Order: sequence, then structure tokens, then C-alpha cells
Amino acid sequence: MIEIKYVKQSVYVISSYSSILIIYSKDIDYVNDVFLDLEELYSSQKNTKQTESKIFRIPVCYEDEFAMDLDSYSEEIDRSKEDIITMHFNTIYTVFFIGFLPGFLYLGGLVPELHLDRKTTPNLNIKKGSVGIGGKQTGIYPQDSPGGWHIIGNSPIELFNPKHNPPCFIKAGDSVKFHPISKLEHQKMKSEINNPKFDFKTLLLND
Amino acid sequence: MIKVIKPGFYSMIQDQGRLGHRSFGVPVSGAMDSYSSQFANKLVGNDKAAAVLEMTMTGADLLFLEPTTIAITGADMSPKLNSEAIAMFKSIIVHKGDTLAFGRLETGFRAYMAVKGGFLTDMVLGSRSMLKGITDDFRIQKDDCLDTMKSSKLILPKNAKLKFDASYLDEDTLRVMKGPEFNKLSKDQRDLLLNTTFEVSKYNNRMAYQLQPLIQNDLKSILTSPVLPGTVQLTPSGQLIVLMRDCQTTGGYPRVLQLTEKSINILSQKTTGNHLKIRLKY
Repeated sequence: MIEIKYVKQSVYVISSYSSILIIYSKDIDYVNDVFLDLEELYSSQKNTKQTESKIFRIPVCYEDEFAMDLDSYSEEIDRSKEDIITMHFNTIYTVFFIGFLPGFLYLGGLVPELHLDRKTTPNLNIKKGSVGIGGKQTGIYPQDSPGGWHIIGNSPIELFNPKHNPPCFIKAGDSVKFHPISKLEHQKMKSEINNPKFDFKTLLLND
Repeated sequence: MIKVIKPGFYSMIQDQGRLGHRSFGVPVSGAMDSYSSQFANKLVGNDKAAAVLEMTMTGADLLFLEPTTIAITGADMSPKLNSEAIAMFKSIIVHKGDTLAFGRLETGFRAYMAVKGGFLTDMVLGSRSMLKGITDDFRIQKDDCLDTMKSSKLILPKNAKLKFDASYLDEDTLRVMKGPEFNKLSKDQRDLLLNTTFEVSKYNNRMAYQLQPLIQNDLKSILTSPVLPGTVQLTPSGQLIVLMRDCQTTGGYPRVLQLTEKSINILSQKTTGNHLKIRLKY
């Protein structure tokens, strides 16, 4: 909406949980005038259309080979591994925004029982696809990266591909539901996803 | 086409960056010192956004496989064409088979070379800026052949006499605006922030520059919020982190200051041990 109004000035808008960043390509002389414009634009949107949001079913393998922190995590929060996994995939998470790394989804909705502060010492190499829990959030690492989250599984899905446009098939406002798969299915999906003909629509959840 | 004989310490292709993909978490990137890169482009008659070669600390050895026009700006790395010293901030005709090399780093930290028509290396998400995870290559390597535009006529562009304002290379004051969390600092902490002489720590790269000494504070982490190149974060341990062109798009540390575009360029030309002051712009 803001980008449309200011299309000639090439404005970019980035939002996160509770803040919005608007980047103007030109210097602003009177910032208060801009605030007024934005306020006016906001109040003029009487019946805002809900943007179409989709629900994606993201396969995750929770087996030991991928869940390197599941044992210690299960001990720390005093829940069985089965309970943790069930609670994790039985929730529909909202994508608040994408940040930190290209394609890293900030997901809201983790049940309080699963909250646990990040590790005090981060891991230097968390593998691409790792599914982790950090504080009140859960997320998927879109590439190999250092990180302090507790890793409980791995998804074969490619969340970010710079050769695609848009590079990320999920956008802010969409929802995600995890779906447990075996190691064998993980392997199989991994090779399917590498096929350029893979259609992300097959991940859409019909509700 | 230009062949890389030696890549130098850390050299890569950069343009004005990847705009419009931040909402997918893609860093903006782009030349660290935007002024130098734009100026180099202007000297050879390019659009200011054309892709240039960014060289860090030490320059590259290059072999020109075609005649073209080049210009070198930014840090003075003692450029030599066929072993003869050449002038910076000026367009220069090169012939097929000419070699360009660099020597001692005299001023600054990052040098730029523009070539007529710009580098035509891979374009990913609207930009040729090299970045790990986005482009196949994140730096140039020995024996790479970098695509450039074939130029049929070697005419020096008319604007070859633009004056480059190199004074910012010696500038040691960063001009800043208050960041969203600046007002959460106590008066003493603000005074400390604006009156300390900082030193660039060894942790400085295209993602961020860390400054010493620490600024003790009791600011709480914030709910993850957007950040920009030039955003200055203050960590709970007191580390000041100035985000640079390859920075992530969101962060959870308090954003106490925001550098002006010119100050990002000034900082881009600094390295470990350089001293800096921070002053409010208004």
C-alpha cells in the first residue's frame, strides 16, 4: 500500500513484529510531513482487504540423526521427546516476517510448554534445514549458519532460492504447519526438491 | 573481458546493491564506499549504479584481454599499469594485453575500479553484488575471467575532469542521527557515547564494524526489529556494532544510533586500530 502510493520515489517497506521500516531513496526535508502523509494513508484505508494468506505444510524429520539437541532439550524442559514433537507439529504458526538470514521465517505461536532460552554458547555450524527452538520462537535455518537454538529436527524443504523470483515461496502473513516424516521420506523429498520442476503448491494445506 | 592474475586480499564485484528483497531477509549489499564507486563509474561515463571491482587492503593483479577505459578511486593502493605508476581519480585508456597491479596501501582501506560499461558478471535478484548464499561466487579468484562490455571506440568521456573530494578518506568523525532506542540510554551513557574516542576492533568486515571500548549499559534487548546499513547496535555486554552493507535485515539489539550515508563511506575506509569520534548530526 505504501509502496504503491510512493511508487515514483522507489520506497521499500519492511515490517517486523511491532515496527515498520520505510526506506526512501531521497532525503526527507520535513519528516513530520511524511508522518502526516502516512497517518492519512493509514486512516484512509477504511476496509482494508485481507491479503490472501496461505497455509504451508512443511515436512520435518524429528529422528535422532537430525535432532541433535532433542535429548538435552527434553531434559531441560522436563517433557518427553514424543510430547515435544507432537506439540511442535500440532500447532499452526504465523509467519510474522522474514529476517536474520535470507528466508529465515519468524514464526509466532509456539506453545508456552516448549519455550526455552537459547543456548548460552551458540553452535558454530547448524546445518541447512535444521528446525530449532529459541526462546518463544521456532524456526528453520535456511542455510548453514552459526546459531544458538535447540535443534530438534530437519526439513528437506528449500526455503530460499536466489535463482527464483520471489526467492522465497512463503511470505509474511502466511502460516506454517509442520508435518513429521521419516528419514527415508526426508531423503526422498530432498532429491525431489532439487528437481527444478518441483512445485511448492504441493505443500499447500487445504483447509 | 579481464583476467584475474591475483585476486588480492578480498576483492569482489559490487554495484549499488540488491534493493527490494529485504522483506525476504536478503541483505542490501553494494559497494562499501558508495561515493568512491559512483565516482569511478562517472569517470568512465557509466551509470553510477554500474558494477565495479571492490578491493580490500591489497589490490588485484589484472590482465586486460580487450581495450577499454578504467578509473580507480577510493583507497590509494599505488596502482601501476604495465609497472608504471598511474593516477587515480582519472579515466585511463588500457590496451589489450595491459596489466594492472597495485602496491602499497597508502590511504584508506577499499579501492574501486570501474571499467567502461561496467562489469557484466552474474546478476542475481537484480544485482551483481557478490554475497555468500546469494551469488555462486562471493569473491573473485585467480584465473577468473570477468565479463565487461566490449568497447569499440576508446574516447575519454567528457566528464573526465570531475574533482574527487578525497578529504573524507582522512575524516575521523562519524556523523550520526539518534536511533530508535537512543532515548533509553541514561544521560551519562549518551555523553559517553558522544565523547569517547573509539577504536576499530579487529572484528570489521562487510557485515559490521565493532568499536572499542565497551559502553556499559543496562538496555534490554528489543523485540526483533528492522536494521539498516549504518545502524549502530549496543549489545548488553557493551559492544558497539556498526552494521555495514552486508548486514542482516533485522536485529534484536537496541539501535542507539544511525550513521549518515557519508559516514558509512568514511567508516568503510577504516581498518583495525583506526580512531573515530561519533557526533550527532543535529
